[in-house]
This record gives sequence, C-alpha cells and structure tokens, in this order.
Amino acid sequence: MNKRIFRRLLVIVAVTILCLWRVTAFPGLLPSKDRIRENVKLGLDLRGGTHLVLQVVTDDAIRGETDRTIEAIRLELNKRNIVYRQLTRTESNTFQVAGLDPGKDSDFRAVLNEIFRDWDLISTSTGETNTYTVRLKPRQEQAYREQSVDQAINTIRNRIDQLGVGEVVIQKHGGPGEDEILVQLPGVDDPARVKGIIQNTAQLELKLVQSGPFASKAAAVQNYGGLLPGNLEILPSSERGSSGEEYYVVQQVASVTGRDLKGAYPSRDQNGRPAVTFNMNADGAQRLGRVTGENVGKQLAIVLDNRIQSAPRINSRITDSGIITGGPGGFSREGAQDLALVLRSGALPASIKYLDEEVVGPSLGSDSIQAGLTAAVVALISVIAFMLFYYKLSGINATVSMILNLIILFGAMAYFGAALTLPGIAGVILTIGVGIDSNVLIFERVREELRAGKTAIGAIVTSFSRVFVTLVDTHLAALISAMFLFLFGTGPIKGFAVTLFVGLISNMFTAVFVSRTLFEWELNRRRTQTLSI
Amino acid sequence: MIELFRNIQVDWLGKRKLFLVISAAMMLVGLISLLHRGGFRYGVDFKGGTIVQVRFNEKPDIEKIRQLLRENGARDSQPQELARRNDVLIEFQGDQTEDASAGRNIIITALNKGYPNQFKVLSAKSIGPKVGDDLKRQAVFATLYALGGILIYLAFRFEWIYGAAAVIAVFHDVLVTLTLFSLFDREINLTVIAALLTLVGYSVNDTIVVFDRVRENLKLRPRENLERILNDSINQTFSRTILTSGLTFLTVLSLFIFGGEIINHFAFAMVVGIIFGTYSSIAIASPVVLVYTNLRSRTVPRSSSQALPAPNKAPRPKRAQPKRA
Repeated sequence: MNKRIFRRLLVIVAVTILCLWRVTAFPGLLPSKDRIRENVKLGLDLRGGTHLVLQVVTDDAIRGETDRTIEAIRLELNKRNIVYRQLTRTESNTFQVAGLDPGKDSDFRAVLNEIFRDWDLISTSTGETNTYTVRLKPRQEQAYREQSVDQAINTIRNRIDQLGVGEVVIQKHGGPGEDEILVQLPGVDDPARVKGIIQNTAQLELKLVQSGPFASKAAAVQNYGGLLPGNLEILPSSERGSSGEEYYVVQQVASVTGRDLKGAYPSRDQNGRPAVTFNMNADGAQRLGRVTGENVGKQLAIVLDNRIQSAPRINSRITDSGIITGGPGGFSREGAQDLALVLRSGALPASIKYLDEEVVGPSLGSDSIQAGLTAAVVALISVIAFMLFYYKLSGINATVSMILNLIILFGAMAYFGAALTLPGIAGVILTIGVGIDSNVLIFERVREELRAGKTAIGAIVTSFSRVFVTLVDTHLAALISAMFLFLFGTGPIKGFAVTLFVGLISNMFTAVFVSRTLFEWELNRRRTQTLSI
Repeated sequence: MIELFRNIQVDWLGKRKLFLVISAAMMLVGLISLLHRGGFRYGVDFKGGTIVQVRFNEKPDIEKIRQLLRENGARDSQPQELARRNDVLIEFQGDQTEDASAGRNIIITALNKGYPNQFKVLSAKSIGPKVGDDLKRQAVFATLYALGGILIYLAFRFEWIYGAAAVIAVFHDVLVTLTLFSLFDREINLTVIAALLTLVGYSVNDTIVVFDRVRENLKLRPRENLERILNDSINQTFSRTILTSGLTFLTVLSLFIFGGEIINHFAFAMVVGIIFGTYSSIAIASPVVLVYTNLRSRTVPRSSSQALPAPNKAPRPKRAQPKRA
C-alpha cells in the first residue's frame, strides 16, 4: 500500500479509537454502560435538577459596613473626648455626625484622616455646632460590593455542602462587577428546603431594647413625641402580644453580631421546645460581656434577619452564649437544625433575591433525551439512506465520515468535560447537517470534474483542493458566529454553541482529511480508474 | 449516475425584480400581522414570569384547571394541554414580583385545591423581569456581533460588497422567519434565538458557496460579464444547494416531528429558516452584488465596462495543494 495513505489511515484509526475509548471506557480499559453514563455529562435539562439565579442585594453589605464604622467611630470619639450630639446612618453608604463642638473640628478631622481613610468627608455645616456628612469612597464601596458577592458564594457553598447534594455548581453569573450568582443542583427537583437554606441571611444581631413592646409602629413613634431619634429603630417581634404583632424600639447599631459567632447547634429552651444555642468567640464574648454588664435589668433583643426572636431581660453579665427561641409557635425540629446550620456557615453579608428559577423533574429529562435521540437517529438514517442511493459506493464514504464526525464530537466533549444539553442535541443534529453539506459539496464537484473529462484520481485531487477553500470559508464563518454565541450567550445558547463549535472543527477533519483518504485508498487498492459516484 | 439537475441554465439574475417583489410582499404580510397582533409573542424567557409543566395522574379537565387558576390568583395564566401523556403546560406572568419563585407557588397551590395529590410538577421555570430584559438585549447583541464578525471575515476574504450582500441576505432571512413567527402566532423564546443564530450560519454558508464559485469563475473568465458569471455560478452550485438544503431540511424536519414540545419552536424556526436561507442566497445575495457593481460602473466610467474590478482585487486564496500530492 502507498505509504502516505497508510500513515493517514493510521491517524484516522488512532483518533477514532481514542475518542471511542474516552467515551465508552475511560478511565478503565473495557467499555461499559456505566462508563458511558459517566463520560457523557448531561446538563440539568436532561438529567433533572434545579437551576437558580440569585441576586445579592449588595446594598445590605454596604449598610452593614457603615454600621460597623459608626460603632468604631463612636468608640474612637469617646476615647478622645470629642463630644457630639448624634451619630446616625443617613444612607446605606453615608453617616452623619451632628452636634459637634466647633472647637474640636480639627480633632475630628484628624480621626477621619488617621483611622477612617476609606471614607470621604463630603459636607460640613458649621455654626454653633458642626455637622459632618461622611461617605464611603466609591472605589472602596465597589470593593465591598464585590467582596460581598464572593462571600455570599462561599457561604452558600458551605450551606449546600452540608446538605450533601452532589456536583453542585455555584458561581458568579454575568460579567465582573455583577451581583448575580448561579446555583445548579442536579437531582434536586423540589428546591423549597434548599432555597430556604440559601435565602436565610441568618443575620444574627443582639440589640439593646430602648422601649417596648408596642402594639403598632405608630404607637412606638408616639412614645418619642412623634419623631424617632436617628440612633434608634423599630423592629417587629415574633412574640405576639394580646393584640397581635408587637414592636420594640431598639438601638440601631447592634451590640454584637453573628460575625462574632463561634458555633451554633440545635438545643431546647426551658419549655423543652426546639431552639438554637449559640456561643461567641473571644472578641464577641468580650463585647457581649461589656454590654450586658453595663445594662443589667434592661432587655436585650435577639434579632434574626431584622425580626426580634425574643427580648430577654439581662439578669447578670453574660459573656459567651445565648439561645434563640422560636417565638410563640416555636421552631420545628428541622427548622432549628436548619437555622443552626446557616448560623454555623456564617451569615450572608446581604440578603438574596431569586431572579430566575428552573426545575426539571427527572422524568421530563429522560423524555427529552428519548425525543432528542429519536430525532437524531431518524435524521441520520434517512440521510445515510439518501446518500447511498444517490452517490452509490461513494455514499459509504460519506457515511463513514459522518459517523466518525459524531464519534469525535462526543469524544471531544468528554475530553473537555462539556455537558450535553437539550439545545446541545440540536447542535449535534446541525453537525450532521454540516457534515452532509461538506460531502455533497465535494461529491458534486467530483462529478463535475469527471464530466469535464478528468481521470478519477485527477478529479479527486482537483475537487478536494478546490472545495477545501470553500469549506474553510464556510466553516470559519460558522465558527465565528458560534464563538460569538458562546461569548455573549447564556445557558442554553452556550450549550448549543459548544456542540456546534466542536462539531464544526471535527467536521473539517472528517470531510476533508478522512473522506479524501478513503477515496485515495479505494482507488489505490483496486488500482482502478473509475469511481462509483 | 443519478442526477437531479444537470446543466441547468436558468437566468436567475434576470428575475431579480420578481424576487424583490416576493420578498417585499412577505415582509409586508409580516408587518401587517405584527401590527395586527401588537408585536411578537415573547416566551417567559423574555418577558418574565413562570412556566410550569405538570403531569396529572389522569386526564385532567383543562377548563377546570383554567377556572382553578383564575380563582386562585393566577388570573392571566394560560394552561395548554400537551399531546404527551396527561401533561399540561401552564404559563403565568403574574404581577412580576422580584422574587421569581412566587409564581410557581401560586400555580401549585391553585392546582392543589382541585387536584390534591393527583399531579406532579415535571418542570418549573420562573424568570424575573430583569433577567428577561437582560436576555433580550443579550440575544440581540450576540446576533449583531455574529453578523459583524461574518461581515468582516467576508470583506477580508472577498470584497466588502460580497460580505455586505451576505449579511443583507441573512437579515432578510431573519426578518422573514420572525415574520412567520408572528403570522403563525408562535412564541419567541430562547431556543428560537438559538435557531435564528444557527440560521445566520446556514444562510451565510449557502451564500459563501455561491460566492466562492463566483470568485473562481471570475479568475477563469476575467472578461466575462458579471451577470453571466453570477448566473453560471448559481447554476453550477444549484444541485449542491438543493441537495444540501434538502438533506438538512430532512434533519430539522425530524427534529420538528420527533424532537418533543420543548424544541418545537426551535425546529420550526430551522425548518422555515432553511427554506429562506436557500432562497436568499440565490434571490437576494447575488442580485445585491450585481446591482451595486452596475451602479458603480455607471457612475465611474471605465474603458471596458465589461471587465470588473472584482477578480483583480479579490485576494487569491491559497490553493490547498497537499504537500506531497
């Protein structure tokens, strides 16, 4: 046999075996059904599962940062004996110091310049006393927002990992600076509990109660002469009074937050109902000790996600632990477990909104696979039948290169770990279409050259070199559009683009290299000058 | 040798006015239908809302479902029976709250009132309005970028007018396909966008095959009249065009018939798109090149109006001669 043809055949056989092996047997040596199932990864739409897109309300994180800064600045001003009347958060990223002695102006500015460098003094009003408005630097604000998304991803991963759902995807969605998170949970078709666990911000705060309870917000405001001081806020309580919902007036800035939590575990309250016990790290214990020591006899509100769970009276100095009870109804056992879980995994830095949710049951997925496969097989068989009828023996040639195209396509997808989705199956069917086009283009050209009086081998050589140019143009143009689909498309469009992209490249190989080698091999082997086409 | 078309000699370019009338008429019909219906019917993907597929244990009464939904907070919902088993597809736009999962719960609660424990949810998809808008914008941009990329590539490989003609033809195909979506009152969702984008690739593919032949013929017969060359090129590639389109049509037709409900809109777009993609590569792309070139040679007088600038300027593609052939 001609050496060149032999080498080419060797390459073709090697590629085929490698791809077949990667799909059917990897990592073992012998093919098995289980291996195929492992190697051909299926997308959520085919295997069933839940797809969620969440949005992190990054404003919450900024608000938290501002609150922490207010607390720090309060301590600093006290330390330096700088007297002021009021220190309040006015916007999520802005706070105001009011009633400062003008004589201390330079001292105050020094505090800002020395310690709070991430903040800009955006306005000062002077008079009998000075009022300063301070805002977080925009670059810093952006950093905090991005950080809160990263932190949310970590927290959500921690929480979901503890549930033991396999192969979860949790990642940023959209471009840099976006506040969206994509969560994919294969095999989960009732996401209610998972969603509850994800969405639970579990923002634990301990705040000193100023007054209350009140039957309504209006009544609470009334108590302060119709205007609530800026450093206080009204929170609803889970404990119900005789007249329904109750409200407390509490300090806006938390004494201790969930950031200082060391652990949380399900337990029972004094009535034997499920509850959650938490304890503090050293830093938190110290702060809790100070606050409770200074405020014996007052009430301390245990606030979870801006709702007061309970407001026990402080009987003595408490340092390291506390209990969260579930209000009048109490927690369910599962509820207490889930709450302990989310408290342990850390609070979300911000609340979460669901933008997009898709659940596919496993039976629908297998129906879709069935439908897709039926369509693909019917398409393949009818095309092959036509090619054999129309191009006779050369049709075999086309059939081989088309089937090889599919083998390479699946092999390459297995190598890249790309998942097959429903639109991906559509991409596979289109790959069949592109394969047909290449073969028809070549065969028609061969016929034309034969009609023009060329010898069989001459017709093959001229046709392939001429058609090659056309194929490069058509494939490159299609690859360019597949690339844009991949870069700018989302979810389903991406899955489609991946199969199309891989299919186009493998088709270039099969239509030009494989098909031509088969022709030459055939002519060489039979030493004939005629073609069955 | 079985041959469908041998040595056909059709004067395609001579019929360009007819083609123009046909295309214009189709778009006019589409425009009227669009105005009549007040815009496209977007799927939940684009307008936001909830779509739930439910399988009942026994064949449900669709009227009863409609009533249940209407009475339980899902006023604008549209239940639709699916051919397969006892499946019902329910679309529900709701009041577009920020939380995407609300719609799903409303539907399940409503169904539970009439069919407690007699159904299961096969799939549920909720999309917030923000995501829908993002997707729409993204889809449009992805298409425009893809077209831009193709235009530049063809301008580089041929002459810019060839690239422009191919893109005009593609625009034509996308418009006509969208028109038919409006005419048949079909829904435009994300998979349809994927189909339109594939169509872009296909239509360009068809056009390139013809243009490639034009480039080759221009080189062989540089003194020939462009109209003859275009006609000959279309005729020479005609059997390939019909065979490929026919076979590809076969594949998407099987997708349309067997592919299931979810990709049905996708398959429809492909079926329609392939027909018009083929039509436009003959009836739109080549006439655009001819009309432009004629206009140019009329305004810029040349010593020989028959000789065209194309063959000299077109970059000569490297001949792909195998090294040891």
